[in-house]
Amino acid sequence: MAILWVAMSFTSNFSNKKNIVPLRISFEHFVGNEILKLDSANYKNALGQTFTVSKFKYYVSNFHFKNSAGKDISMEGSFLINEDEEETKKILLAKIPEGNYTSMDFILGVDSLHSCSGAQSGALDPVNAMFWAWNTGYIFLKLEGRANTSLSPGHFFEYHIGGYKQPINCIRKISFDLSKSEKTLTKEIKIKVNVLEILKTPNAIDFSKLSSVTDLKNATVIADNYKDMFELMPNEK
Amino acid sequence: MKNKIVYTLFILIAVFALCNSFVIENPYFKITKKDVKLKIPKGFPKPNYSFKKNKLNPDVFVLGRKLFYDNLLSKDNSVSCGTCHQRIAAFAHIDHKLSHGIYAKIGTRNVPALQNLIWKDAYMWDGGVTNLEVQPINPITSPIEMDESLANVILKLRANKEYVKLFNKAYKDTLINSERVLKALAQFTGLMITSNSKYDKYMRKKDTFSLAEKNGLQLFRSKCASCHKEPLFTDNSYRNNGIKMDSSLNDFGRGKLTEIEKDYKTFKVPGLRNVEMTYPYMHDGRFKKLKDVIDHYSNSANHDERVDTLITKIGSLSAQQKKEILSFLLTLTDKEFLHDRRFADPNMLQ
Repeated sequence: MAILWVAMSFTSNFSNKKNIVPLRISFEHFVGNEILKLDSANYKNALGQTFTVSKFKYYVSNFHFKNSAGKDISMEGSFLINEDEEETKKILLAKIPEGNYTSMDFILGVDSLHSCSGAQSGALDPVNAMFWAWNTGYIFLKLEGRANTSLSPGHFFEYHIGGYKQPINCIRKISFDLSKSEKTLTKEIKIKVNVLEILKTPNAIDFSKLSSVTDLKNATVIADNYKDMFELMPNEK
Repeated sequence: MKNKIVYTLFILIAVFALCNSFVIENPYFKITKKDVKLKIPKGFPKPNYSFKKNKLNPDVFVLGRKLFYDNLLSKDNSVSCGTCHQRIAAFAHIDHKLSHGIYAKIGTRNVPALQNLIWKDAYMWDGGVTNLEVQPINPITSPIEMDESLANVILKLRANKEYVKLFNKAYKDTLINSERVLKALAQFTGLMITSNSKYDKYMRKKDTFSLAEKNGLQLFRSKCASCHKEPLFTDNSYRNNGIKMDSSLNDFGRGKLTEIEKDYKTFKVPGLRNVEMTYPYMHDGRFKKLKDVIDHYSNSANHDERVDTLITKIGSLSAQQKKEILSFLLTLTDKEFLHDRRFADPNMLQ
């Protein structure tokens, strides 16, 4: 009995040590400086064409941090962020504790290993409708909406971007310098995600010319644009 | 008194035996541990698909078999995987040029055989699918095949008491999700291994070839085997085999998938095992007979302008040579595989 008690207290001590307070990251969706509202709000792209957004979802994966002691901490795995599901916009990095960090990076997309690993569940379950069955791999980002200038039926535009193999690789690495916050304990990182950037630089999207990207054709045009849609938000203290 | 006890006992035994006979499985459909043991045939390379993360288990296999033959996978519950993938045709569709889907829809490509799948590095005629487990999502969700959503399949399965039981038996809990559905199907299709044709027995020195078959093998090795590489009879590559594009189908093959110039109008080299049974031939099913296929390769005047140089090299074959190649191809039929009871439709009474 005594041995059992000792063993139990040891395990509980052990697990207490391992308990970490995970770092939180929240993604806040904007179009320019306006908060993104699905369907109801009108926005303008770089060419002044009016549009609405009906769907906005994307994968972020493989978070990696460097702390002030120069140590690397990383975590494999993917999160599906969906404007239409509020709870998906705040994520908990179970393996990354609150801490003092100098840099952070992650990828937009799903890495090649997890893209061809077969049947998976959770964020990577194909029922999430972010999977290409006919060309194995995940759709990294979906942006859909309407623009009067679009020549597609119903004036819709649809960008479904994926592809993890050369020559068409739409995985983009996103990096942030956190050295300014290195002195303070980081508990939550807020990231502004600007939909307008997907339509802006380096390729200003003209809805009348490119209203549909749903396979590898033209995928990198959009991927090169979404590379800079993330921006660190100042931490309110 | 003693008589009464004996009498009661007799009745009890009779009732017990009767009850039991209802639940005894038909031995033809019974799947044992031995039935799901993976045996790599001698001379075959290491498979590309591994069952390491999808441990072979008789109950998972039985679940996969039930799913494979269940119409529930299609939107109007009218067709199953087994509708187009017939066991007797090495799981191709006998006599159908192009795949048939629900609402009498016709697809754009010929149903490929399902055999030795774990040695493939990609699936579909264009190689678009790179893992066996996710392959079934294509026919399930294709609007011209089963036209169903994966999410809806899961809902239908969750509402079905028999499936709840089968999932519980297979996975020791009642969770039903797409990962389990797909992995069960991969166990069923992944074990479709053919390696007992006359050719295999000849190679193992357990059977003999006629003179025509021997000559045919020799010709095959010099004319065909660089693409149809033994022992799987494919090199898993994509090539233009010289057939001109059918303008009503406008199928650019792998090029449409990769957007790479050299891939346009190329298709996966199919394995030739059981080729006798997988007619009609080519990705669009244009040739009815094996003879037509051999004639095509022999007649360079009719070839597409992007034809693979290995096909140009075949040159013109004499009538005798054609016959011999044909004799050899017929040795690739594996009757044990075509009648393997493990892959039979459990809904059929034998």
